[in-house]
Amino acid sequence: MHMPLEDSLGLNLLAANQHRAEHNREHFDAWNLLCLNVMSSPGAGKTSLLERSLAALSGRWAMAVLEGDMTTLLDAERLEAVGIPVVPITTGRACHLDAAMVSGGLKLLRQRLDPAALDILWVENVGNLVCPAEFAIGEHRKVALLSVTEGDDKPLKYPVMFREADCVLITKVDLLPHLPVDVERIEAHIRQVNPRTAVFRLSATTGEGFEAWHDWLDAQRQAVQTSPALLHA
Amino acid sequence: MHEVDMTRCLLLSMNEWKQQHAPRVPAVDRVHLEVGTFTCVEPDQLVVTWADAVKGSWLDGAELVIESVPLVGRCVRCQATYSPDPADGFRSPCCQHPMEEIVSGRELRIRSVAYGFDTAPSASTAPPTASHPAAAG
Repeated sequence: MHMPLEDSLGLNLLAANQHRAEHNREHFDAWNLLCLNVMSSPGAGKTSLLERSLAALSGRWAMAVLEGDMTTLLDAERLEAVGIPVVPITTGRACHLDAAMVSGGLKLLRQRLDPAALDILWVENVGNLVCPAEFAIGEHRKVALLSVTEGDDKPLKYPVMFREADCVLITKVDLLPHLPVDVERIEAHIRQVNPRTAVFRLSATTGEGFEAWHDWLDAQRQAVQTSPALLHA
Repeated sequence: MHEVDMTRCLLLSMNEWKQQHAPRVPAVDRVHLEVGTFTCVEPDQLVVTWADAVKGSWLDGAELVIESVPLVGRCVRCQATYSPDPADGFRSPCCQHPMEEIVSGRELRIRSVAYGFDTAPSASTAPPTASHPAAAG
């Protein structure tokens, strides 16, 4: 038996991860680079998006990728082929990247190059529409992908992911003529859970929509250079 | 699966709290959480992973009590609060406006810890006053 006491904490359950994420963010800001956390379900087209965007933007921006994958190096090898530095982070049983894993990836990246020379650091998260939404990694912007093959109901079924996203990319739109899916309805559902997010429709196969997506990226990169403190908390 | 990682983060926070009482080790009866319904956390699963994670540790036997906090939105057109319904696309029932402002439901918070000290404290090691300053969450 003991005298009952009670402490009020009011502490974020994920405070430990949040502190590490803030530490990562301090590094990103000191290096004056834009860090993007790219998230989606498996197979929505994250790696295909990166392949096309990296190839298109490599003449304009200095970039690198932290590539999250549960078990394999397959995606990292695809992106290395584009000629961009890639650091794989294998998460094992974890279905998302957390701030500590990204911190470990940054240490490996620093062995290869000076991050201060980078303009954009891409972090490709593990394919999952649930867990990555809750674990900050220090990113400036969260980018969520949703392919048209996944159906129009996913923003309502997995609302936290789409609520958290600063930008949602509707991918594989070249397949629309072959699918009984209404892309307007997909976009409407995204905006119902997050009216403020940017939405773009893309095809990594045809290149449709990439110009507007890259314009948005340019604006985010400029915003980091202007005032990093104003970006995503 | 991420409840395991949530539990790991919770244990790290609890260990930091324990350090505030060092060298004594508090005997924790209950840890109270507030978990919003608009999060990716399944409370029942979190309780299971907690019970497994604390076995054999200084928190062995501590109960995890989770208070569910409902999702409440505020219509930016008419300022009315409402309970967003996924079946209705989270829209406000008053104006059919998208879910722009969330009042509650995103909480992932350690609200309080109920504890004691199993040995009678001496004058030089009096128990800490209840209530530490709330940490930023």
